[in-house]
Amino acid sequence: MRVDFDYTRSLGPVLSQFMTGLRDRRILGGVLSDGQVAVPPPEYDGSTHQPVTELVPVGDEGVVQTWAWVSEPVDDQPLSVPFAFALILLDGADVPLLHAVAVDSPAAMETGLRVKVQWAAETRGAITDIACFVPVGASEVVSTSSSTEGSSITEGAVTTLITPVNLAYDYAASPEESKFFRGLAEGKILGQRCPKCEKVYVPPRGACPVDGVPTTDEIELPDKGTLTTFCIVNVPFLGQKIVPPYVSAYVLLDGADIGFLHLILGVDAAEVRMGMRVKAVWKPRDEWGTTIENISHFEPTGEPDADYDTYKQHL
Amino acid sequence: MAGIDGLNHRKTLAAVIGVGQTHHRAKREDVSIAGLCREAIDRALEDAGLTFDDIDAVVIGKAPDLFEGVMMPELYLAEALGAVGKPLLRVHTAGSVGGTTAIVAASLVQAGVHDRVLTVAFEKQSESNAMWALSVPVPFIMPVHAGAGGYFAPHVRSYIRRSGAPGHIGAMVAAKDRQNALKNPYAHLHNEGTTVETVLASQMLWDPIRYDETCPSSDGACAMVIASEAVVDASDVKNPAWIHGTQMRSEPTTAAERDQVNPHAGRAAAAALWKQAGITNPLEEIDCAEVYVPFSWFEPMWMENLGFAAEGEGWKLTESGATAIGGQLPVNMSGGVLSSNPIGASGMLRFAEAALQVMGEAGEHQVDGASRALGHAYGGGSQFFAMWVVGAQKPA
Repeated sequence: MRVDFDYTRSLGPVLSQFMTGLRDRRILGGVLSDGQVAVPPPEYDGSTHQPVTELVPVGDEGVVQTWAWVSEPVDDQPLSVPFAFALILLDGADVPLLHAVAVDSPAAMETGLRVKVQWAAETRGAITDIACFVPVGASEVVSTSSSTEGSSITEGAVTTLITPVNLAYDYAASPEESKFFRGLAEGKILGQRCPKCEKVYVPPRGACPVDGVPTTDEIELPDKGTLTTFCIVNVPFLGQKIVPPYVSAYVLLDGADIGFLHLILGVDAAEVRMGMRVKAVWKPRDEWGTTIENISHFEPTGEPDADYDTYKQHL
Repeated sequence: MAGIDGLNHRKTLAAVIGVGQTHHRAKREDVSIAGLCREAIDRALEDAGLTFDDIDAVVIGKAPDLFEGVMMPELYLAEALGAVGKPLLRVHTAGSVGGTTAIVAASLVQAGVHDRVLTVAFEKQSESNAMWALSVPVPFIMPVHAGAGGYFAPHVRSYIRRSGAPGHIGAMVAAKDRQNALKNPYAHLHNEGTTVETVLASQMLWDPIRYDETCPSSDGACAMVIASEAVVDASDVKNPAWIHGTQMRSEPTTAAERDQVNPHAGRAAAAALWKQAGITNPLEEIDCAEVYVPFSWFEPMWMENLGFAAEGEGWKLTESGATAIGGQLPVNMSGGVLSSNPIGASGMLRFAEAALQVMGEAGEHQVDGASRALGHAYGGGSQFFAMWVVGAQKPA
């Protein structure tokens, strides 16, 4: 599964100047209380705890302090070919900057190597405006415009920064979940009973959250039950999978001791009631997978509503 | 003082001696996360008459990292928090984190480990989208989730059914808290003219929860300085808020027949808190309360959970006006979470506003003569609870 979002950073006064500098192809360092110059500038001084207020330009060349070779770059790293991450002490700075150095092989890297900035073709006010560093005297290794004639995409101070975050996960289902999802692929709803409190959990979770013992007794549940409580979602939001308005309800399957959330259709939202008897509406079999979405939704069975006393302990 | 396990622990007394908060807003684009925290911290230190040099340790809290997309923000915030060279702890218990963070800070003083602890909590909701962050689809599971409102709305419906509360109670809470917020210059929402009628007329978002019955998305931070009895007694602080009791409880988000309306963890925490603070009748003995109410119906629900009202009767406190300023138990004098919701800071704001009341520094929303106040927070799927009682006098 993938989780991604473009966060909007408010930079504040110090980082705003730093990013604006990068946009204009200038590197600024912050002057600390002991006179040292740090790049990037910290917002606050670690010794005095006061805001850093004085920013000064530093050179666009520097010396590699230490480095590590990246033989297999991953997505979103500064370069797509093998490169070095290095701590680079820029001329005029006292605290090194972490960035990428583009060289052909680790043999070309060494502590003390003199490197210079290679600006990105377009600068926008981000640390990636520095495409990478290259050894002084080496030719540019990535295709960008020359370091002083590239374009800048905005004018004025850079005050915010969009930072996309992408996370890719492999979802590892537990043995109990796997069984549950495989059961669904065969049109079965499998639960487990706690041997101690005898409560039936669906989906099964391997251990009773109350007693802390393994839930070993497997039982098959019917696809019919009682709607205990619900809400009508009228609000649209980013990433939403179902078009509102829709009814999100806890369905307590007959024989289960815990409800789970599902979608209610086949009835006007205003007609949905607590205690309504509902049954699963399965998708066509050829659309089934190992997912609870095999059940398209639940709809009323037409039976009389369940008595409040039969489900009130599930609210 | 009796501990949770019944043993007698000898604790150092602790008190809040400084409180600071930001002016909560939808977007504070002029400051970074560090700058936002710093505004609250600088105000708390000034209120305490201290500088960073006086602080022994820093305890920070915030809600899930996905809210701002900064992993472990406490690491990069060390300089801004004045924590370089000092212990820096980060606490996380979802929405209750602001309260839990204050309790962890207090415990460091009560345990005799430190004399002056700075605690801060923040959220910068404008950097992200909490509704998105709370609704990330789980593989193979029906994607019906719809943020916090979608989670809590069915349980609000259950409360209404169980208690038989009239439908306008939620609107009464919302109107009261929005009116209270007009007295609080730090509150995010200053919606003049909010009445029960206007709330009832607002859009139904997560039926049965209406737009005006929900909290806003806010940028904000809150900070406190907590000091030991020895430090307070030797200082010229005239109005410390003495900590009379602190409690936290947790429970699973879901379990068979788990009570989602009146969760056991909240009831257990409250019962222990009242005992710890020497309170036998909270409704009589507590002068005012700042309770975590992100959706209006949670006021009557938590009145019951906290033991201010019998089960099914909480809404009667709201309906009678008892929870309004001037009532028997004013609740959320500051405007509460319904008027300002920087999520990570919201719990600490409840704790800090309770402290401000007994310090006599709550300004226009001060409850006259408040000498004992409750601060409360909850989080997750009503599964984390944190609460404290603060008083103008040292505990007996």
